[in-house]
Amino acid sequence: MSTAATQFKRDARRLTADLRHRHIIHSALSQYEVTRDEKKALFQDWQGARQLAAGIKWEAVNHLDRYVDQFVRGLEARGTRVHWARTGQQARDIVLGILKSRQARMVVKSKAMTTEEIHLNEAMEGAGYEVVESDLGEFIVQLRGEAPYHIVFPAMHLTRGEIRETFQRKLGGAPSDNPEALTMVARRVLRRKYIEADAGITGANFAIAETGMISITENEGNARLAAALPKTMITLLGLEKVLPRLEDLALFLPMLATVGAAQLISGYNTMYGGPRQPGEADGPEEFHVILLDHQRTAYLADAEQRDALHCIRCGACLNVCPIYRNVGGHTYGTTYSGPIGAVITPNLRNLQDWKHLSYASSLCGACSEACPVQIPLHHHLLRNRRNSTRQKPCWWQRTAFRGYALVANSCRGWGLVTRLGRFGQKFHGLILGSRLDPAYAWTKTRDLPPIAAQTFKEWWRRRGKTRA
Amino acid sequence: MSERDHIFERIREALRTSAPRPGAHPWDSAGSAGLPSGADFDRVLSATGRTFEENAALFERNSVDLATEFLRVDGRDEALAAVVRLRDREGWKRVASHRGELTDAACAALGLPVHWTGAADDVGVLEQCDAGLSECDALVAHTGSVLVTSRSAGGRALSVLPPHHVVLARREQLLPGLPEAFALLKTKYGGNYPSMISFITGPSRTGDIERTLVLGAHGPKKLTVLLW
Repeated sequence: MSTAATQFKRDARRLTADLRHRHIIHSALSQYEVTRDEKKALFQDWQGARQLAAGIKWEAVNHLDRYVDQFVRGLEARGTRVHWARTGQQARDIVLGILKSRQARMVVKSKAMTTEEIHLNEAMEGAGYEVVESDLGEFIVQLRGEAPYHIVFPAMHLTRGEIRETFQRKLGGAPSDNPEALTMVARRVLRRKYIEADAGITGANFAIAETGMISITENEGNARLAAALPKTMITLLGLEKVLPRLEDLALFLPMLATVGAAQLISGYNTMYGGPRQPGEADGPEEFHVILLDHQRTAYLADAEQRDALHCIRCGACLNVCPIYRNVGGHTYGTTYSGPIGAVITPNLRNLQDWKHLSYASSLCGACSEACPVQIPLHHHLLRNRRNSTRQKPCWWQRTAFRGYALVANSCRGWGLVTRLGRFGQKFHGLILGSRLDPAYAWTKTRDLPPIAAQTFKEWWRRRGKTRA
Repeated sequence: MSERDHIFERIREALRTSAPRPGAHPWDSAGSAGLPSGADFDRVLSATGRTFEENAALFERNSVDLATEFLRVDGRDEALAAVVRLRDREGWKRVASHRGELTDAACAALGLPVHWTGAADDVGVLEQCDAGLSECDALVAHTGSVLVTSRSAGGRALSVLPPHHVVLARREQLLPGLPEAFALLKTKYGGNYPSMISFITGPSRTGDIERTLVLGAHGPKKLTVLLW
């Protein structure tokens, strides 16, 4: 078993038994469920909206060359510098190169999963830059030296008491554990950082091909400030973020807010197409956009799972997933957790090392149902399982299934095995729960239902006799 | 070969195999069925009002939910009086604004020191102002949003840095929904877009601590919209 799988199993076992953790996650998400459904009901046709959104994303991803080219030309026409990175290393080098040429010292960041994906913070800190996360949730997990717990709510697993304790330890004080007071502590600290920062780094939720703009969705205004105050603005985004037209946002912005955070629309939805233009009062002198491949083109080549690139990173599938809700976000050990993480990580990294994520699912389909762009997530989990055994078949599984086929295909064989099983089950109690039990993997956490006292065929035969 | 060319080559190579459209059957041809029209959007998105009064009422309801202060006034003189009342209530000592027909009149009525955006050493001074007054491109009834751009509303920082953002809007700027707002952007700026376009919906907010709503996370703690 890979080390990632061992770690996943260990952490999952620990956290599913942790009632305190379960209580925190369930209370955070139950509130969300009610409001999300209220907001969904405001759409005249939510299922129709999902279909349109999936169709638009399909169009964009399946003509990616055309739309990316249009997007880049629009940006460049307004004086934006566009960079291309095939690997995480290239993307990190590009960012470090820009910071060096701009003689930057301090960098303020707004939430961007792509920067988590390429471990940009470590690279910048290693090169001597001060890096400050400005999204409140990200700021808190950064102070604690943790990874984000959830792609939309990074600090969802922490209580106000824990956050206060972190602030006291790292910021030298927090007057109370009231969420408002804690937020104001962070606001004061981060305001100073904004004013001193030399560069702002953001991600993007969408890239508009038609007008050559990126679009950033947020609630706090931190990305707005990161794009307004520092002299250099850098945006790192995946190639697949592109949407064909400006007006497509009229559909995607309310959908993202509805399933992502149970809002009608997020607090700030902002499009940026360039650095400060002539006649504008402020804004960065330089605007750099880095387009990240990082295995996305490899993913694109898999026509069967290509639609996983439709993902808009809303977090809806995490919120409804019974596995995510019990094992928690950190257990996955990946940048993207939950169902979407379980689908894409094995393909982006290494199928054999990460296939356990695709197996850790009840295949209930809640994720596919929740997805605003209709990615059939639980089908992709099955495809990952199929691909992993096809790539590396396991001899004992193959033997077991051959044996099963032999028995199941023979009428007499099947009758013999069920009778034997019924007989053997009488003695199962003697070894139940011990390592001698051949069904131990199942019975240690679940009941084994008793085999019926008679088969249908037996019943039918006897029924005939009694009637006669 | 540059990285750009490498990436394009990989994309084109990958797209040689086509993927079925969502909802399409495998035997359907894989061609593009085009993009949805405005009518398709209207069919699925939330219904909006048909008249000005309906949309104003919708904007007002959304404002209550969002904690936006929405003031409807009758005519320009009453709007200026309302700005003066805000000054007294909030105890403003200094405000920030930009040059514009509405903002010029409002700032004159206030009689306070005004910091005009675009001047050198902007950030430090702007941060000290009690409020930022700006015009807008549109108000969106369906979402309760204010649409601003770096050209229409005094740059990028004015609407997020001061603790109170006051928006001055005229009656004809109220639009039913987002599709109308994007259509407006296209006709108004098409081909020459400002470097920033922002839909502001309510004061700055966060729910990152135990999912409890707190206003004024990074941006303004208060948002006032004046409509006449």
